Amino acid sequence: MTKVTARELIDRFSLELLSGDEGIYRPITMSDISRPGMEMTGYFTYYPRRRLQVLGRTELTFLERLDTDVKVERLDKLCTQNTPGIIISRNLEAPPELINASEHAGVPLMRADVTTTRLISQITNFLEAQLAETTAVHGVLVDIYGIGVLITGASGVGKSETALDLVRRGHRLVADDSVEISQQHADTLMGRPPNLIKHLLEIRGLGIIDVMTLFGARAVRPFKKIVMNVHLELWDEEKAYDRLGIDEDKMSIIETDIPKYTIPVRPGRNLAVIVEVAAMNFRLKRMGINAAQEFSDKLMDVIEDYDRDEL
Amino acid sequence: MKQKTFTITADTGLHARPATQLVHKASQFSSEIHIESKGKSVNLKSIMGVMSLGVGKGGEVQVTVEGNDEEEAMEAITSTIQEGLGE
Repeated sequence: MTKVTARELIDRFSLELLSGDEGIYRPITMSDISRPGMEMTGYFTYYPRRRLQVLGRTELTFLERLDTDVKVERLDKLCTQNTPGIIISRNLEAPPELINASEHAGVPLMRADVTTTRLISQITNFLEAQLAETTAVHGVLVDIYGIGVLITGASGVGKSETALDLVRRGHRLVADDSVEISQQHADTLMGRPPNLIKHLLEIRGLGIIDVMTLFGARAVRPFKKIVMNVHLELWDEEKAYDRLGIDEDKMSIIETDIPKYTIPVRPGRNLAVIVEVAAMNFRLKRMGINAAQEFSDKLMDVIEDYDRDEL
Repeated sequence: MKQKTFTITADTGLHARPATQLVHKASQFSSEIHIESKGKSVNLKSIMGVMSLGVGKGGEVQVTVEGNDEEEAMEAITSTIQEGLGE
C-alpha cells in the first residue's frame, strides 16, 4: 500500500504550512476526514485521532468564544501523537493556542483557501485514490467501444496477439502483460500499465513494439475502468463450454466481482472478433437487452404449449 | 442404422440445460445422429437445432444414429435420456 503524508497534500493542494513541520512525514492511513466539532465542545470519547482533521468557520468561531485555559486544554487534546495533520479552510486565521499545540505535538497545521466542503471532497477523492487497495494481474487490458475488457489466460495463448488485432480494429490498448489494478469507491476497478511498459506490446517473433508510435495516439489509453473479463484457454474436448450465455461466471479482483467469459481457443477462431462482440453484447445487456434470456423465455413458452399443440 | 423412440421426462422438456447435456453427449461420437419430433428432424450435435424443436415434458422424440460407433452412441444417448437429463 502506498503511503501518503502531509507533504503530498501540501504539494498537491498548494496548502500553506503554519506550524508543526516536524510531523509532515507522518503517514495518513485512512481516507476518512474528521471535522472535530463535538471535540471542541469537550467530548473526546470517540475522537478519531488518526484521521486528518479539518477546521472550518463553524469550529473556529466556536473556539473563539471559549476561555483561554479551556481552549488550550481542548486544542492540546486535539493534537495527539497519531494525528496526521490539521487543515484550516477558507484561509481563516489560526488561533495562537492551536499553533502552539500543533508545534508542541509535531502535528502539521496547514491552511487552504477553498471552502470546507470543497476541501473535504477534494482531499477525500485524492486519499481514496492514493490509499486504494492495489494488485497486479497477468493479462491485457483493452478499451473496446468504451468497455474496459481484461483479457486473461495462460502464457502463449494469444492475449497480446488478440490485443494487437483489436488495436488494428480501432480499439485502445491500456496495458499488456501486467495490469496494475486499484479498487476505488468500493466496487470500481481501475487498471493501468506499470510505467516502464506503457504503450508496449510483446509479440512473439517480433519482440517489443510500441503501439503508440506505430498506430498513433488514438491506439492507447493511460488508464481504464475494468468491467469485464475474457478468459482465453486452449480448447478442452472434455469441457462443456457455455453455449447459451444465460449463466454468468464471475472473476473476483480485490473485493469486486466482474462478469467472466471463458473463450476456448482453437486455430481458425478469430479471437479479436469474438472479444469485440463479447464487449458489445455486454453493453447491450447493460442496456437491458439480453438475447440469451429472451430466447430462453420464448423457448419456455413453446415448451409449455407443447401438449396443447398436439390436441 | 439404429433408431429408437424416447419420451422426455424432464420438467422443462428440452430446454437449455437438458439440450446442452444431450448435445454434449452426442458430440462425443463420430456417427451421424439425428433427433426428430413432430416430423421435424435436426442434427443432435447442434444445440440451436435441438432447442428449436421446442420439445416439452412428455414429448416423444425419435433418435436415429448412423456410423461406425452407432452402437455405443445409442447406448450413451439412451442412458442420458433415461437418467432424466439432469432433472
